[in-house]
Amino acid sequence: MTSSTQNAIGLVQFPGSNCDADCIEAFKRLFQIDLHLIWHEEHEIPAHIQGLILPGGFSYGDYLRSGALAAFSPIMQSVKKFAERGGAVLGICNGFQVLCESKLLPGTLLKNVQRKFVCEMTSLSVTSEGKSPWHKALAGKSYRVPIAHGEGNYYIDQAGLKKLQSQGQILFQYSDDKGQASATSNPNGTLLNIAGIVSENGRVMGMMPHPERASSELLGSDDGAAILKVFMDTALKA
Amino acid sequence: MNYEVIVELKPEVLDTQGRAIKEALNRLGHEGLKSVKVQRRFVLEIADGVKDPAALVNQLAAEHLANSVAETFTAKRL
Repeated sequence: MTSSTQNAIGLVQFPGSNCDADCIEAFKRLFQIDLHLIWHEEHEIPAHIQGLILPGGFSYGDYLRSGALAAFSPIMQSVKKFAERGGAVLGICNGFQVLCESKLLPGTLLKNVQRKFVCEMTSLSVTSEGKSPWHKALAGKSYRVPIAHGEGNYYIDQAGLKKLQSQGQILFQYSDDKGQASATSNPNGTLLNIAGIVSENGRVMGMMPHPERASSELLGSDDGAAILKVFMDTALKA
Repeated sequence: MNYEVIVELKPEVLDTQGRAIKEALNRLGHEGLKSVKVQRRFVLEIADGVKDPAALVNQLAAEHLANSVAETFTAKRL
């Protein structure tokens, strides 16, 4: 890792973020880089930052709606500009909810249909119709990555869903052992088993499962490392 | 002056909280209960000097208090 990329990935910390340390540890161990930490009250994203992570947790206590108050925070106004300029952004779990509330990704995350917090290992398949760097790099395999959320039930209206499909924006679907997105492999009622989507330009990605918690075989799976690697490559190639 | 904003899920979106409450009440023997819809009520106090308070309340409700992907709102002066 060169000195210019050593500090090129930022991580936004909100009050209530609780997967920030997991990301810091994973990026240090996997890629030998120190994430540049950015507090939610800051207004500017440093010029050397090439990629941003919004971590999991319960930002602002998830008051109003999950991710809603975080979307109003000073730093998110800058994150929006960063994404509009083509910056790479990865939202994990609560970070995905923040991206939806900020309108950087379409749709929203509703309460799980079974009304329970769900914490379990899932298997993710990658949809074949997408053309984003994520689809290209991850296609053809399945990924064992855990989820831990009460509000991961992705929802968008029918017109929005058709647009997502036609533009190849659906990235991950919860799938069974055969790689099929079936009703039995849907953990929370999410539309079409959606676990993660990308923006129209493919550079903003949000997912409910936690790749940082599947970044070592000691954690039960290291499949998440490949997902984080694509984020690194996408961000640094800009 | 105070304004009331009520936010609820669109009819086509499953109200999981409402369903859970309904089922629990049905289990208590209230079999006549057919459905429960959960709403959220916000009371906004607007300063006297604001020129068009109703427009401000509508803007806050539309952009922030409700998520138009899954929710609708009504607003009125109290």
